[in-house]
Amino acid sequence: MNATVPAPNTFANQDACAILIVGAGPAGLSAALAAAPSGRSIVVLDDNPAPGGQVWRNGAGAAPPSPLRQLQEALTRYPHVRLRCGTRVVATQGSHALLLESADSAWVQGFEQLILCNGARELLLPFPGWTLPGVTGAGGLQALIKSGLPVRGQRIVIAGSGPLLLAAAASASQAGAHVLRVAEQSSWGQVAAFGAGLLRWPSKLIQAATLAHPAYRCDSYVLAAQGEASLQAVQLRQGAQTVQLDCDRLAAGFGLVPNVELGRLLGCATRRSAQGGVALQVDAEQTTSVPHIFAAGECTGAGGAELSMAEGQIAGLAAMGQQAKAAHVHARGRWQDFANRVDKHFALRPELSSLAQSDTLLCRCEDVAYGSVAACKNWNDAKLHQRCGMGACQGRICGAAAQVLFGWDAPAPRPPLSPARVSTLSLAGEESEALP
Amino acid sequence: MNSAQTMVHLRLNGQSSKVPAGTSIAAALYLCGDGITRQSVSGQARAPVCGMGVCQECRVLVDGYSQLACQTLCAPGMVVQSGDAS
Repeated sequence: MNATVPAPNTFANQDACAILIVGAGPAGLSAALAAAPSGRSIVVLDDNPAPGGQVWRNGAGAAPPSPLRQLQEALTRYPHVRLRCGTRVVATQGSHALLLESADSAWVQGFEQLILCNGARELLLPFPGWTLPGVTGAGGLQALIKSGLPVRGQRIVIAGSGPLLLAAAASASQAGAHVLRVAEQSSWGQVAAFGAGLLRWPSKLIQAATLAHPAYRCDSYVLAAQGEASLQAVQLRQGAQTVQLDCDRLAAGFGLVPNVELGRLLGCATRRSAQGGVALQVDAEQTTSVPHIFAAGECTGAGGAELSMAEGQIAGLAAMGQQAKAAHVHARGRWQDFANRVDKHFALRPELSSLAQSDTLLCRCEDVAYGSVAACKNWNDAKLHQRCGMGACQGRICGAAAQVLFGWDAPAPRPPLSPARVSTLSLAGEESEALP
Repeated sequence: MNSAQTMVHLRLNGQSSKVPAGTSIAAALYLCGDGITRQSVSGQARAPVCGMGVCQECRVLVDGYSQLACQTLCAPGMVVQSGDAS
């Protein structure tokens, strides 16, 4: 893999490849490695500064983990695989090209086949005080620590749902923070049943035992974050009681939301995912409803690194036309079962939909209060009359929350998919006239 | 943390600062200040939330251009301005 290629010809503003892979996490890198022996030209994009995705994120606060190093090492044998980090997708350009932007250039990337490995983001739900500095996502805190955020000596409360909470707690403790509480909204019964079922996945059982935290509580969820200029305390429901903990940080994440925006913009069909959101729909060969577009990893439904790697491998083989070989990747079924167990035992309790007060902001970009959105009929109404979801994140945070709170369908994605420079937008072809 | 750390010198909100190589701007704003990245449309101070380039709360001006602090690594000579890039 050639990671030091110069930016594409900035005069032509064009580049072409046989297979374009969007996302350099477990799915994207596995897809690249599976497709590399074909000798076809492959480009792997990622909007982060380094490959690894969220689960293998590394930086000033964390070294690259061994599965990432192994994949990268294996890819060095293939100079026709080019990795472009720090590059985001701005818009589609017809069915076989994307408009891309990096810190210092922009270009149209053509492809014959596309493998979408966009991953998932955290589900963030509104509660009083959630916009205070010091409140982050759970995976969000972990990502920030890995990129050098100092937390030594800080008192941290972690709340929300799912196995990610323990991983976040481990990262925080390792970085010298005092983790006061890990509040899991699911019940003891559900978490115990989940733990007992891990016998089928010994590596996960060992991981769970390693991550086990003395401050872990079930039946517990955040009620409010309190503070003036920044976070000072957190109020939690603990069974039938309300407890208050003074702290410096609150990391609250309620599960994962598949990143389907680019797939939807390209016309790929979606399906309902377990937690109520949508995921990209794929067949046994990871093909989407659009024949030359494949999807793998958490954009097809959250399931962890192992499932993502298996799906990526299948997608890479299928893109090469090696369907028979792809059919022999048996790991997918095993890890899909694991993902299903996570969904089953960490289902969100209904109380989480009524944490926000009328004046709690729902849309953080446009500062739209929960009360004014709750009075709307649907997402479009909230958007047109309250400007909910009209800001820079384009409803990725509040739209996902509204899906849980009100059962509204996710907002339809529009170009540009992320804020972009005017000079980048000027490269858009006539097919993208809708660009503002 | 890497044991033998190379330091990167840059300007954060007018102050010359140095941070370990590989540090994101989001982390650097906490290492060298209060971590605030922007003012919201109603004037509230905001800081990074998702840490992975989605929520857009961490956008700051880097050498005059709006960038996400959580996805941008500190580089030598960089000039970062936070607090007013809403």
